[in-house]
Amino acid sequence: MSLAIVSMFRRDLALAFRQRAELMQPLMFFVLVITLFPLGIGPGPETLQKVGPGVIWVAAILSSLLGMDRLFRDDFHDGSLEQLILSDIPLPLVALVKVAVHWLTAILPLLLMLPLLALFLNLTVPMFWALLATLILGTPLLSLVGAIAVGLTVGLNRGGVLLALLLLPMFIPLLIFATSAVDSAAMQLPYTAQLAIIGAMLLFALGLAPFAIAYALRVSQN
Amino acid sequence: MWSWLHPYAKTERAYALCNTLLPWFVWGALLTLIVGTVWGLMFAPSDYQQGDSFRIIYIHVPSALMSMGAYLAMAIAAFVGLVWQWRTAFMTMIAIAPVGAVMTFISLFTGAAWGKPMWGTWWVWDARLTSQLILLFLYLGVIALYKSFDDKQQAGKASGVMALVGVINLPIIHYSVEWWNTLHQGATITKFAKPSIAPEMLWPLLINLVGFALFIAAVSAVRLKNEILRRELHRPWVIKLLSESQQQGDNHRAV
Repeated sequence: MSLAIVSMFRRDLALAFRQRAELMQPLMFFVLVITLFPLGIGPGPETLQKVGPGVIWVAAILSSLLGMDRLFRDDFHDGSLEQLILSDIPLPLVALVKVAVHWLTAILPLLLMLPLLALFLNLTVPMFWALLATLILGTPLLSLVGAIAVGLTVGLNRGGVLLALLLLPMFIPLLIFATSAVDSAAMQLPYTAQLAIIGAMLLFALGLAPFAIAYALRVSQN
Repeated sequence: MWSWLHPYAKTERAYALCNTLLPWFVWGALLTLIVGTVWGLMFAPSDYQQGDSFRIIYIHVPSALMSMGAYLAMAIAAFVGLVWQWRTAFMTMIAIAPVGAVMTFISLFTGAAWGKPMWGTWWVWDARLTSQLILLFLYLGVIALYKSFDDKQQAGKASGVMALVGVINLPIIHYSVEWWNTLHQGATITKFAKPSIAPEMLWPLLINLVGFALFIAAVSAVRLKNEILRRELHRPWVIKLLSESQQQGDNHRAV
């Protein structure tokens, strides 16, 4: 069974890397949205520093939503999802692998852009580290919770806007804790409490979300 | 233990139950809402600080409380539907959802109208206001997901999952927003912790609370009846029911 998991992981990675355009688009969107903000609210370094963490987080959420429906869409349409449901690999495990691949291919590149964006928005070094920590802990949560909604809407051909409608309210707590961590870092205060809460939410989602995703996929496959 | 509940998984029994309960809900809601509102708006003493404008509390507080109560009821219905695979439970869920959403909107609207004279602003990013706004979005998400499926059984399952995820999220949102707010502003002008309310002001409020609950129940029961009729249009009992009501020259058609 572990062999099946590993080969599925490699297959999904290979598939993702062969669709380079789809990998690049959310990344470009991410950088573009962040470029819009200095133009929209004025390039004053202090203003940018103040809104920077929130802007980066909102942009990360939006661009992760863009690539999110790729999670199960192709597998659903070519029928391999149905085969995975019928196979003897536990479906929650399958879901977890898919989410992991999605995080590695769609979210990790966004994090790699972070140093550049921190320079754009004039973030200080402590703010940068805090932002990186919240993003590393928080974005897997985006993928896990997002996958539930993607699983539910995969059968619908008009999932895009609906997905955003369903997911954005769910991401609000994460956004609140993450930006408050960075704010604490900006004031040279400890922010381990916020990180701990985000970590707790991540563990909670890691435990429960795979089952919810599996159920959602079964509902979609009917 | 559950044997007395099982028959209501059948749509016909659920429809009959709605018919039995509906008059109680309607008359109870009418009575309590009229008594509570008239008492609250006309006869309760006016507040020593806020004057007469505090009277909006008799709409605001019941609608806010009941918006959360309705979400809980909706989530319980979703849970029952997902675990025991009851079609009527999903129908109940989607019958409650828009009613709860409207309640949330009423509480936000009356809150804004109350906030303008008291706080000097229509809207603050306060913990309660923000989490109530998010509650509205959660309701709208459940409804939007339900509407986008053609197969209504599948729609019920999908939006049931969403409603339950929303329940997990509600306390998180509530507390996160509270902490976020205190982190940013310290003391706010929007302290809800007021001195305990005088009994002659409290009674109409309690009566209106019951009234709002009964009102939600009544509207949901009507919506559930319509939903059952719409979904079961081809069942013999529905056809019989409809033809009977047509024969009586009854213009009141539910479909």
